[in-house]
Amino acid sequence: MTGQINFTFDGRALTAKPGQTLAAALLDNGIKLVGRSFKYHRPRGILSAGIEEPNALVTVGSGGRTEPNTRATDLFVYEGLVATSQNRWPSLSSDLGSALQLVSRALPAGFYYKTFFGPPKLWLFYEKFIRRAAGLGPAPAEIDPDRYAQRAAFCDVLVVGSGPAGLIAARDAVRAGKKVFLVEQDAELAPSLLRDPQEIDGKQGRAWAGEIATEVRTSGGRVLTRTSASGLWDDQFVCLSEKLVEPGQVPVNGFTQRYWHVRAGEVVLATGAIERPLTFANNDRPGVMLSQSVRTYVNRFGVVPGKRVVVATTNDDGYLTAKALRQAGAEVIAVLDSRPAPVGGDSEFAVFNAAAPVTAKGGKNGVTGLVADVDGTTQTFACDLIAMSGGFTPVVHLHMQAGGKLDWDEAAQAFVPGASRWNVRTVGLAAQPAPAETVGATGAAKQAFVDFQNDVTVADLDLAWREGYRSVEHLKRYTTLGMATDQGKTGNMAALDRIARREGMTVPEAGLTTFRPPYTPVSMGALAGMGTGEHAQPTRRPALYDLHAAKDPIWLNAGYWKRPRAYPIGAETLAQAGLREARAVRSSVGMCDVSTLAKFEVQGPDAVQFLERVCQTTVGKLAVGRGRYTFMAREDGLVFDDGTVWRLEENRYLLTSSTGGASRMATWLSYVRNHLCADLKVSVVCVQEHYAAMAVAGPQSSAVMAALTGEEAPRHMSVVEAKIAGAPVLVMAASFSGERAFEVHFDASHAEAVWRAIEAEGCCPYGLEAMELLRIEKGHMVVGTDIDGRLTAGELGLGKMVSKAGTWIGAATLQRPDFADPLRKQFVGLVALDGGSIPEGSMLVRFIGGEAEGHVTGSGLRVLEGGSIAIGHLKGGQARHGEDLYAWSPTRKQKAKVRVTSPHFYDPAGERYRD
Amino acid sequence: MTKYSALSLLRGAFNGQSHWQPAWRDPEPKPSYDVVIIGGGGHGLATAFYLAKVHGITNVAVIEKGYIGGGNVGRNTTIVRSNYRLEPLSRFYEFSLKLWEGLSDDLNYNVMFSPRGALTLGHSDADMIRLAEKGDAMAVQGIDAELLTRDQVMKLEPCLDFSRQARFPIEGAMIQWRGGTARHDAVAWGFARGADSRGVDIIQKCEVTGMVMDGNRVVGVETTRGRINAGTVAICAAGHSGHVAAMAGLKLPVESQTLQAMVTEGVKPMVNTVVMTQSLHCYISQSDKGGIVFGGDPDNWPSYAQRGQPVTMELAVQQGLALIPALSRLRMLRCWAGVTDMSFDGSPIIGTTPVDGLWINGGWCYGGFKATPGSGYLFAHSLAHGRPHEIVEPFSLDRFERGSPVDENGTGPFPNHR
Amino acid sequence: MKLIPCPHCGNRAQAEFVYERTADSVVPLDAAPEVAVAALFTRANLRGVEEEIWRHTYGCGSWMLIRRDRVSHAIEWVKPIGPKVLP
Repeated sequence: MTGQINFTFDGRALTAKPGQTLAAALLDNGIKLVGRSFKYHRPRGILSAGIEEPNALVTVGSGGRTEPNTRATDLFVYEGLVATSQNRWPSLSSDLGSALQLVSRALPAGFYYKTFFGPPKLWLFYEKFIRRAAGLGPAPAEIDPDRYAQRAAFCDVLVVGSGPAGLIAARDAVRAGKKVFLVEQDAELAPSLLRDPQEIDGKQGRAWAGEIATEVRTSGGRVLTRTSASGLWDDQFVCLSEKLVEPGQVPVNGFTQRYWHVRAGEVVLATGAIERPLTFANNDRPGVMLSQSVRTYVNRFGVVPGKRVVVATTNDDGYLTAKALRQAGAEVIAVLDSRPAPVGGDSEFAVFNAAAPVTAKGGKNGVTGLVADVDGTTQTFACDLIAMSGGFTPVVHLHMQAGGKLDWDEAAQAFVPGASRWNVRTVGLAAQPAPAETVGATGAAKQAFVDFQNDVTVADLDLAWREGYRSVEHLKRYTTLGMATDQGKTGNMAALDRIARREGMTVPEAGLTTFRPPYTPVSMGALAGMGTGEHAQPTRRPALYDLHAAKDPIWLNAGYWKRPRAYPIGAETLAQAGLREARAVRSSVGMCDVSTLAKFEVQGPDAVQFLERVCQTTVGKLAVGRGRYTFMAREDGLVFDDGTVWRLEENRYLLTSSTGGASRMATWLSYVRNHLCADLKVSVVCVQEHYAAMAVAGPQSSAVMAALTGEEAPRHMSVVEAKIAGAPVLVMAASFSGERAFEVHFDASHAEAVWRAIEAEGCCPYGLEAMELLRIEKGHMVVGTDIDGRLTAGELGLGKMVSKAGTWIGAATLQRPDFADPLRKQFVGLVALDGGSIPEGSMLVRFIGGEAEGHVTGSGLRVLEGGSIAIGHLKGGQARHGEDLYAWSPTRKQKAKVRVTSPHFYDPAGERYRD
Repeated sequence: MTKYSALSLLRGAFNGQSHWQPAWRDPEPKPSYDVVIIGGGGHGLATAFYLAKVHGITNVAVIEKGYIGGGNVGRNTTIVRSNYRLEPLSRFYEFSLKLWEGLSDDLNYNVMFSPRGALTLGHSDADMIRLAEKGDAMAVQGIDAELLTRDQVMKLEPCLDFSRQARFPIEGAMIQWRGGTARHDAVAWGFARGADSRGVDIIQKCEVTGMVMDGNRVVGVETTRGRINAGTVAICAAGHSGHVAAMAGLKLPVESQTLQAMVTEGVKPMVNTVVMTQSLHCYISQSDKGGIVFGGDPDNWPSYAQRGQPVTMELAVQQGLALIPALSRLRMLRCWAGVTDMSFDGSPIIGTTPVDGLWINGGWCYGGFKATPGSGYLFAHSLAHGRPHEIVEPFSLDRFERGSPVDENGTGPFPNHR
Repeated sequence: MKLIPCPHCGNRAQAEFVYERTADSVVPLDAAPEVAVAALFTRANLRGVEEEIWRHTYGCGSWMLIRRDRVSHAIEWVKPIGPKVLP
């Protein structure tokens, strides 16, 4: 380890040694004050050396790589690292927010529930300031330039944690022939062996760890460092979040993190245990650190965080820290051991038994001393570092997320994993933590912190209890205990201990909060992976997409589909282009891509029986080569889709339905076929994307079709097979526009040839805007607005077409009494009486200010002669033709006087369909 | 009950805040009550509060199997609004919204109702028309709704992706300015404190195990703490409605599903309103503590596990990041799930049941939080008068067999088809 | 995320499957109105084991009946649904 790494903290240029975390480097540079707490802006230093850190949060990176709330203990320094302290103004050392400490006596837990009354506007005013004061790091403003990879994988055994227990589990699994994933959140394997070097199997610890890692890799497994197992779900489904570079660092190949979905045969949790702080007054001061963490800084990072140290412990671990510190040249002033009698006869230190810290002295730049209770007497020790150990909390988060139970380990005073729901087992210190006792809180309760980041004190817990917030969940939510970015990893057990002690209960009686995923916070970018931005949902392009694109149309996002809305010429607006295209259809001939229509081939001797279940119309009466309009009801009797059905051969039908409802219809037909009609001899195949389709519409369409196919065009609602440009096509004479029209269906691979041939006949391409104008004028309904899933066939004006046989699904439930109500909504036409346009979506009222009796579902105009028309739903509308109403849009401040009419404005007799 | 005020807090600064009394008692259940409410969530507690406050009915017990406020009132995305398309729904939710506006004072408990605006984005002309239609339907009833242009939205929420190439381009929005958020736990606790102080017994850690019947009439409940007789039994059990109703032999038009939400680490203010969209399935707001709160789709299959599926949550994040790309570098801190009682038209069920003396309040799907005061007020009114309040009449249990669903989305009877 | 044993494909992630409805909410063809209304609009919705219809939508597309605990998500068995294969 040579060389130095340059970084900055709050603008100050500093250097770090390779392999150091930011926390280690700051300590190495003599910096103790690192951040400010959430509520009172108390000065905070570095408590731990790991992911449990509640205090030392910084913002790293710049521009779009800015990452707020990054734990300095979980960030390895890289060249050029820019770190900034948070939640302070104007500077970390003189923070105005710290004035809140002065009034903290009036701001107990939950104080905001008890004040700021008055009208909501007033709270909105207070809230503005509260929100600015809260919130830790800065809000990101720029777009993230980096990408996040995602990957799915399978393995036999996934081991979480690469301490000795995890390594042994991994080694045993590899030797049993298993494919193993070994996951470590640290940058190095076996970080505990870096903290406490030891020999294993006669080898130096790190070498031993490296050999097992090699064994895992060479046997086809993976070793993932800098990777956190963030969640564990049913059947050993594990989410891993892997840092490819450090937070804020510029990635090598564009990817900053990789997020894994791993399905494991077995999960072994070797997640270790997190050391617990002791609860005493000012235990949050810079210079009060966890005992094991101090050892990590000394032995792993080569940093001695203090010169004169007091170790306060409830277990044997404190002595290891005392030894490490002495070896590193620090002076161990005292070891305060809570246990009444000396343990192990270790007398190399000034050990005080039955001793506990009471109040730390000192301020923002570190502790200067410790007032302790030694067997009933008060003693003061001058020191610049307090290393504390309150025992160990096993990391059982993943075990619990996976539905596991917990048991209480009396010797360790800790919850340990009990029965697992899935194939998950816990090994090592997470299953068997070291024995420790708990000592309860000492010193002034208002200064004794349990949750450091959220500033929850013992006094807050006591107040919450007194006020009746006694369930652990209440206590947690009322005080905000355990809800900070560390999720209570260091503080929750101390809180339970406090409750248990004051009420004379055991800790399990006091309760336990649940552990929710993720174990450590996961970048939103990693969760989204590549599936965001333009890929946030699929884009579907019809077969003719490139041909449309060549015309540079105005596109419409129709569900996932990209469809042309209009093909403007020159400076035409959407409305101008749409009207021109619609007029072309009314006066000569147009062509429109209708490939996205849902299409199903229904074949077999029982095809008619099947179709007369799903269609509300008759189908059996169709002769071969004929088709008809049809519509479908849900099981509740209401219409949900419409389309056409064509008899292509004796036992072969083509059913079309709406684009937007295509996948719903596909599922529905499959359901009916497989569940309700399993005995029928019928096959139903979705051919939506196999066939491209084009509508050719207008008075000249018959001539165009004849020219293209060399045969006489079929008569209305007939279908023939033909060839266009050498490609086999189905020509179905059907109209959505009100003009004589044809739908030409053909294999999507012939799209270009067929399109060009039709266009060469002088057809004007038209888009969905023109289609809307044409179909509204004709009174044709569309699924989604006119057919909105709330009306019956009768209410939509389709009653006469409903099959009397009543074999269709939904017939039974349509007999419910309220459907007989004549005042239910019905489909109507509307004509503007005062010249203005009729706002689409507006409410139909008798007078401005009256109640809504219906609404406008579609608005358009008479394509050739002008004049506004619309269609809509109106209460009892079929009996109200001739009545005058207003179409009123208060949000757009528009209104139109309208007359209720039949919706069939254009050629109601259908004469234009005849040749 | 100690009155809550700034002055009282100040007084506490000099006495170590030692003068605060318990917000609610922890009573032993009495043998009999006029009304037994099953479920100590927001709706149950609100019902008890209004029974006592408005109707003077105080011989009431709220029975909760766990701790109060532990269900959906404590695990939602805290959104309050009344922007519904169908008149019965907007009328009901508007009634509730008006109660929200005075709730902190009513309860003497700051529920932090923050009318910061409920913003629904439109991503196409068609979206904008649907938003106008919804806005018009609201405005005709006198409910506030305003259409915003793209530029107005840009000023209001600059963090959104306004590029024309965006997968979900922003064409405009509808905003209900009076909508916003509230502090969810405070709602449960405030109603509990208010009800308790008026004599209602809130009995926690007491699970109902059966109904005591006399013919077709329910006359009490069996619980893990013994039998409790009741003049009227009211079910307010949210995701567990079906489980409780089954004890009286009832099957409900309800399926219980899991709905997830999540929150990021806290940052300084960046999202100003409640951002929803007409086409996507995610909704975003920022809590007072700075966390960005996200909600998404339900898992769409029945579950009582209070444990959501990771892929559902990831989908919500994908869509949320498409709307607000700068969220990418924030970290998800916690995700959680609730059991929602998905009704068969997406609307609630409030009213009588075929069993005499048994009333139900449920079927809230994923919209129950904002309903809490309105639901409690109108359910209490209905219980006190022995017949459903006019505003909740459209939400009767028998509407499905009659053929009068209140189907906001028009998607029919299966919640997972919504 | 659960593994669901598809009768045709073997164990697959739950995300590949779509839940359709409970077995007791299948409305038989030509059911009497009261039977259809009851099947469609009431559910046992048990906090326990029920039989449900699922489809391997993002896989082989086949339908199946799953008996499953709604609290633990444990699957008791899975059976294929659909027409019998013709000889």
